[in-house]
Amino acid sequence: MNRVFVSGLGAVSPAGWGVPALRSALAAGEPLPIGFIERPGWERPFHARLVPDPSPRPAFLAHARLRRASPLTHYVAAAALEALGGISLHPALPPRLGLIVCLQFGCVQYSYRFFKEVLEAPATASPLLFPESVFAAPASHLAALLGEVSLVTTLVGDPAVFLQGAALAAEWLLEGRVDLGLVVGAEEANWLRSDAIWQFDHACVPSAGAGCVCLSLKAPASAGVELTALTDAQTCLSSRSRGLAAQLMRQQLPAGSAKELLCDGLQGCRRLDAPELAAWRNWPGPRLSPKRVLGEGLMAASGWQCAAACDALARGDFTAATLSLVGCNQQAIGARFVRAT
Amino acid sequence: MVVTGAGIVTAYGSGWRVNAEGFRAGRTAFRPVTLFDVSRQRSKIAAEADLPDVLPPTRLAPRQVRRLDRASRILLLAAHQAWGQAGWEPSEDLPLVLGTTSGGMLLGEEYCKRALASPHSHRGQPTRALHYQPQTQGRVIAEALGFSGPILIIANACASSANALGQAWEMIRAGRADHILAGGYDALAQLLFAGFDALQSISPGGCRPFDAHRDGLSLGEGAAMLALETLDSARRRGAEILGELIGYGSTMDHHHLTQPHPDGEAGLAAMRRACEVARVNPADIDYVNAHGTGTPLNDSSEAAAINRWAGSHAAALPVSSTKAGIGHLLGGAGAVEAVVCLMVLREQWLPPETTVETPDPICQFPLVRRPSDARCDLVLSNSIGFGGANATLLFRRRP
Repeated sequence: MNRVFVSGLGAVSPAGWGVPALRSALAAGEPLPIGFIERPGWERPFHARLVPDPSPRPAFLAHARLRRASPLTHYVAAAALEALGGISLHPALPPRLGLIVCLQFGCVQYSYRFFKEVLEAPATASPLLFPESVFAAPASHLAALLGEVSLVTTLVGDPAVFLQGAALAAEWLLEGRVDLGLVVGAEEANWLRSDAIWQFDHACVPSAGAGCVCLSLKAPASAGVELTALTDAQTCLSSRSRGLAAQLMRQQLPAGSAKELLCDGLQGCRRLDAPELAAWRNWPGPRLSPKRVLGEGLMAASGWQCAAACDALARGDFTAATLSLVGCNQQAIGARFVRAT
Repeated sequence: MVVTGAGIVTAYGSGWRVNAEGFRAGRTAFRPVTLFDVSRQRSKIAAEADLPDVLPPTRLAPRQVRRLDRASRILLLAAHQAWGQAGWEPSEDLPLVLGTTSGGMLLGEEYCKRALASPHSHRGQPTRALHYQPQTQGRVIAEALGFSGPILIIANACASSANALGQAWEMIRAGRADHILAGGYDALAQLLFAGFDALQSISPGGCRPFDAHRDGLSLGEGAAMLALETLDSARRRGAEILGELIGYGSTMDHHHLTQPHPDGEAGLAAMRRACEVARVNPADIDYVNAHGTGTPLNDSSEAAAINRWAGSHAAALPVSSTKAGIGHLLGGAGAVEAVVCLMVLREQWLPPETTVETPDPICQFPLVRRPSDARCDLVLSNSIGFGGANATLLFRRRP
């Protein structure tokens, strides 16, 4: 049976642009400073952890398709290019790329700007904003930036969709349809998104960015990481609570050991965290909770969790890592990665 | 892989029969928009669906039914029809694959308006925030029909539900499931209407796909859901087979975010891929249900692709776009047009575009312009998405 390896990682987060910035912030373990998002009609702004401007500004942002694109597209492109950075893209025989972009709220900045214009004066609403508001826009722009991409899709749903994306990429690889499968999870900051999150938990600190994992069937030359297990998607229903979905996901994964990392989605919000906390109560090894440091990045946070877990394995910190994605309103999915031998 | 259930909701109505009559006659269903204010828009018509006041009985509690938004209601109606026709029983492991561009956008718009108008009032806002997300609509379907399983939601713009059906086909073909409920939906929303109007893509008078004087698309709303399963599964159950999904091609057009490549490269590749997988030739195809939005650029690009793909067979290949009657259903378009293909195979007629006055000379193929009967064993459906996603589905009649 073919094995699926992690060939590259990418991240854009409130810690900065790149996996090294993510790694440093998580190693420090301190929640990043709080920023603010003005909320129309409120005197007090929302708390948020925002992505700093890149310094220096990456050259790819000057690409014709990216100049007017949303920040979401910029995050997606940066994370994907970083994940591809270590891979030799031979010009004579380029690998067949598969691209899967995963979003929950999507291009909410441009959607809001456009809708505001529609409410005020629909006849003069900007034709430049509307196309960028479409879920499929970031994937389209990235595909154009990369040149030839064989398969492209955008998946939407709650943050556990990131692992549905990984499963789809693995299927494309195993069926021989692509040579590399890029999976990107991303979100951007906006007051409406913060408002929606606030409705469910006032303590939650929204954040933004992207996380990317590049999968392939080729074992990396250096010590790499292998994806060895993906659980079923445990869908939440009236008869199956988030807690039960998390428990069912946990039951499909190995028990763990003192040398194995659990990378979870805990963020310090009691109600949101409770199901995942209960599911992993007896985890015997160390834990890493990126959202405690970076904030609630939704689909981006799933990408950060995956990138952080794989990065820790690649650096030899652990022998295996379990990724727990307990989504907010759709499903729970887990995965297990090991150091490739 | 075969289709044993098909549900459809469009501006023609809800269900196979009323839609088959509308498509067969080539009736147009455009009328002034009533769902939101279009008084300051360039265009003022769309194909709104009339929904029944009472939904069919399902496992949803009355409280859950009251909370359903327009998109969920449209989707539920289509899913309920497909489920009932297939005769499926509640199941613990039934995948649901959906395509949509905007989920419950009307609710999202309402959330935004209220957040701006009454920033300190939160009444109903959590429900709006939750129910506008497409995964909630997917969960509603599972709850209503009594199944559980993974929910996969594809948002590849106007190719979303064709990709959803294609993904379901891939899953069954690879043995990852033996039956799947799949399809797509979208409800009309102000943001979408204003967006296409801002792009000056909407025809003020109603779309005329492939007409030499076409001036844009018309928007519609609706859903279609298909019960897909292996032939073995259908035979075991003694289920009636509506048709067979035998090929799928998916490609990406890198040309532009909102404009297809003028030569239709990606559309051509998708058609070739679907035929290659199905091991059929263009000469074997009896009818093409084109994406045919009615915009100058889409139709010329797609016509170029069909011309190149069909080659010498083009002159004998009937083509039409059913968007001429029900408008562009965006995320629901591919699935609705898949059901139209099944109708063509089952009932042996061709759906005409009665609004075409002067066929664009770029079309080397005959446009179906009048209701007609025809022998059809193999039909092809194209979907071309904003952003460049292209998908082709191939359906075959089972004797």
